[in-house]
Formats: sequence, structure tokens, C-alpha cells
Amino acid sequence: MAMTITEKILANHAGLDEVVPGQLITAKLDLVLANDVTAPVAIQEFEKFGTDKVFDSQKVALVLDHFAPNKDIASAEQCKFIKEFARKQEVKHFYQVGRMGIEHCLLPELGITLPGDCIIGADSHTCTYGALGAFATGVGSTDLAAGLATGEAWFRVPESIKFIFQGNKFQPWVGGKDLILYVIGKIGVDGARYQAMEFTGEGISALSMDNRFTICNMAIEAGAKNGIIAPDEKTYEYLEGRAFRPYTSCFSDKDARYVEIMEFDVANIPLQVAFPHLPENSKNVEEAAGIKIDQVVIGSCTNGRIEDLRTAAEILRGRQVHPEIRLLVFPGTQNIYRQAIKEGIIDALVEAGAAVSTPTCGPCLGGHMGILAKGEKALATTNRNFVGRMGHPESEVYLCNPAVAAASAIRGEIVHPREVL
Amino acid sequence: MGKAWKFGHDVDTDVIIPARYLNKSDPQHLAAHCMEDGDLNFAPNVKAGDVLVAGKNFGCGSSREHAPIAIKACGIEVVIAESFARIFYRNALNIGMPILECPEAVAGIDAGDEVTVDLNSGQINNLTKKTFFQARPFPPFMQELIKAGGLAPYVRGRRKNG
Ligand code: SF4
Repeated sequence: MAMTITEKILANHAGLDEVVPGQLITAKLDLVLANDVTAPVAIQEFEKFGTDKVFDSQKVALVLDHFAPNKDIASAEQCKFIKEFARKQEVKHFYQVGRMGIEHCLLPELGITLPGDCIIGADSHTCTYGALGAFATGVGSTDLAAGLATGEAWFRVPESIKFIFQGNKFQPWVGGKDLILYVIGKIGVDGARYQAMEFTGEGISALSMDNRFTICNMAIEAGAKNGIIAPDEKTYEYLEGRAFRPYTSCFSDKDARYVEIMEFDVANIPLQVAFPHLPENSKNVEEAAGIKIDQVVIGSCTNGRIEDLRTAAEILRGRQVHPEIRLLVFPGTQNIYRQAIKEGIIDALVEAGAAVSTPTCGPCLGGHMGILAKGEKALATTNRNFVGRMGHPESEVYLCNPAVAAASAIRGEIVHPREVL
Repeated sequence: MGKAWKFGHDVDTDVIIPARYLNKSDPQHLAAHCMEDGDLNFAPNVKAGDVLVAGKNFGCGSSREHAPIAIKACGIEVVIAESFARIFYRNALNIGMPILECPEAVAGIDAGDEVTVDLNSGQINNLTKKTFFQARPFPPFMQELIKAGGLAPYVRGRRKNG
């Protein structure tokens, strides 16, 4: 029977010839990951599963990124607790400050999330790895504990929605972030609830891996179980010299079934800004023009990769951040940071008046290093603009791509990048 | 029997428990800040046995299990919503926090109404308005999970019977 890429991966991992949407299955896992917020709860739960060893120490990743470098004593205790667990369990992929990055930038970079994989992570943006053609989904700490203990997880096979992006004539500065904000604006924050979002078409083929990660990263913002893009030349090029183990790519059959197919021409998608307090409030950047902001954040697992920093530097080089604006830049990983140093990006950003930090989730979740005061507004390349997400419950977050963020940092209010160039 | 607390659509996990409190996972600490960014009166006034009623897509956003843990620890007996976000739904079942999907009940319960819920049958009684609702039952697999007392005992049981 014809199957989608998501169905094939799940069938492979459940040891079945085929699966259909709605079916409950138990699937074997290739990677189980958690961070400094979710791992402590998962580790406590793990102890209740009647085993004292993780199922496979090579297939576990623990990344200290949310409140690390430790923001206070309580965060330090959490990280220490995880470190001790990782040591005792001989966890292969354990990353401390100095080696860590934001988990969803770091793990693909290290080649441990691969096409055809079945991955769970105690972090909702685990769906990012779908950009490599993997089935990857976020779970809570108890599910994660079960995964650590057994190497398996139960799933309800999701229905798939196909999003076809036609054409490759993108408007200037438009990237993956605009495509996904546009889609979420159309279908809403629960538009793909419990479902798989499959992205395809010439527009997707034209996009770099960094842009594809951005798209799959935000599938959860439409309520999806996973986002997925079939591997192609660009995927294999990215994996060259990186892939940590062998893998098997999967592809959707031509006659696979979808609950819905939506088509867009990329030429009709303008730069997007999502207004507070939901990612679905996305509008053409022109409608946001003139909104005064206090802080601009460029980074996160959505847009903290090298191309994002290149774009920001392209706009900020030789210009100055508006004196009333705090521009915070967070490279996603140490490697991205180093690459940005080599390319002169960091120098250009600092010269323009940006504060550049070590990799951390920091302000993205209102954790530390860039919290908003009452009434303040931020424009961010992150993925969520919920109430209180970046600080005070009466602060506001607008979401956009790195080009709009950089240009707006110069102007002190939201602008289309062409206004400052 | 308890009082209903009512919230709107798309209540996200940052509202249920803001990330700034996630540097600790102790349930009482989380309960003290539950729903803080949505309603400052909630945590100080919620009583054991109260019921949380909300619109569609309750619990969207982050995967933090701290969200259902906080709701459970502050004494809420059951969350009734039009629909739940996927990860929240799993997390709630996995930690044994009862949840019911019932759009009719959400429409028929106002904040402050006295409500009783029979979790076994899915029957919801609004004593204030003298109305009655029947929530959708869980699929059989979920019922097994709940019967076992959550995911940990369920998996332990399966391993034994192996
Ligand atoms: S950068 Fe933000 S969204 Fe991404 S993992 Fe960190 S906190 Fe979550």
C-alpha cells in the first residue's frame, strides 16, 4: 500500500510492512534526547521503570542549553544532577558549556540525527530534525523516561498534510521563516494538531538546509506531531563527513494519502511578522512597519545558524544599531560561533553595537540574558511569542526572520530591510 | 465537588507554568506559580477538587511535563477542554492527571459554577445550572494506560509479562 515518508519511517521502526493513520504502534528509537529543564524530571521517572541502565548509551543525548551557562544555584543543581546521571550511564552525547549548543542546532551538526531515524526528545522543537527526513517528535519527561528505559515509544500514526511550495522566485530577503509563519497564519496554531506536516515542491528544493531546519522547527507551532522534508542532494551534502552511523532514507510514494494538500507559490509570500501573542498572528511586514521596539533577538533553534548570522551581518555591516535598541545575538553552537568569527561576522555585529553571547536558549524562553521589563517590546527570530515568553507578562514579542530583525535593530522600529539599505 | 476556573482557547504551557520557574521541578514550587501569566488569582485561591475548563488546543507550546504536574499539584481534579494539544495530552495521561474533551461542557460551564465529574463514566454535572454533559471516552489503549496508573507502571507490567 502507498505510504507517506512519515508512515514508512514509523512502519520500519515498528517492524511492520505497513501502517495506517490512527493505528497505535510501538516504535524502536534511534535517539532519545533531553535538556537541562526536562532531563531532571525524566531521570527521576526513569528510576520507576524497573531498570538501572539506559537502553543504549550511544543513543542518548543530554544537552545543557536552557539555563546554561547556569543562571542561578537552582539551575546549577539541575545541571549537576544530569551530569552525574550522564557519567553513571556513560551517555555518549552529553554536552556541557563550552561544547554544547542549542540542542536542535547541535545534534544535526554532529550528525546524530539522520534521514529515516525515529527520534523522541523531551523538547517540543525536536520536530526540527524532520528537515533531514527523520521522524522526530517532542514528548514529555515520562515518555522520555520510558524511551530511556526501553528504547521504544508508543505513537498514534498521524495523518499527513502536504504543503507544496511552487516556484523558486522568492521575494528579496524571504526565507524559511517567512514560509512557515505564512503557513501557520493560514492554518492556525492548532491547524495541524496531531498530524504530520510534509513540506515539498520546488520552493523547498531551492532552500538551504539551514532554512529547512527553520521550517520543520516550527511545525509544533501549528500543533503538528512532526514536520518532514524528504532528503535530497542538499541533505546528503550536509551529511557528508558528519553522519555518525549508517542510515536509510525514506520517501513518500506518489500515490500516498494525505488528509489535505495545500499549495503556495513562493513568489506570493512576503516577509512575515507574527504579532503577539501567537505565532498564527503573522502578517506582511508592511503591516508591522513603524512599531517601536526595545530589544531585538537574533538566534535560537529557529534562526541561530550560520546563514542567519550571515544575513544579519550583511545588513548590519558598516551600520549602527539604533541607540535605544538592545540587539542580542545568540549563535546556535560553538561551531557556528567559530565560523562566524572566521568570516568576520561577529566583528561586524559587535562593531554595529550588538551584544553577542555564548550559545544558550537564554532569552528565547525568558530564561536569562535578555529578559523584558513590563511594557517592553521585542522583535525576535525565535519561534514563540506567547504571553510572558521573554519576560514580564505585560511585555510583547514579535517574530520575524533575521533580515527583518537586523534592519529593525538599525531603525529602532519594525521595517522592511530595503528601508535601511 | 469543586468550583470551575475558566480560560479561553490556545492556553499555552508558558501561561500554565512560565519558564522562569523551571529551574526547579518540585511540584509544590510549580503549583505556587500555576497559570500565573493568565490569572494571578488562580494559584492563591484554587482549592483541591476544583475543575479547570478551557477552550480548544489547551496546553499548546512546550513539551514541559511541569505543566500538568503544576495543575495536578495545585489540586485541580480534572481539566475539561474543547481539545488538547498533543504533547500535553500525552503528558497528562502519563502522570495520571485526568483530562476530558467535551466542547458541550465547556460551553455550558461558567467560571465559579459548582461542578462534579465522574472520571470513570465521563459524566460532568453542573450543579449551579443543573445541567449534565457526557464527555467522549478514551480509546481502549489509553484506558489501559490509565488503569495501570500511568506510563511507568504500564511499561513495568508489560516488561514482566514480556
Ligand atoms: S532556543 Fe528556544 S525554542 Fe529552541 S530549544 Fe531553546 S528554548 Fe526551546
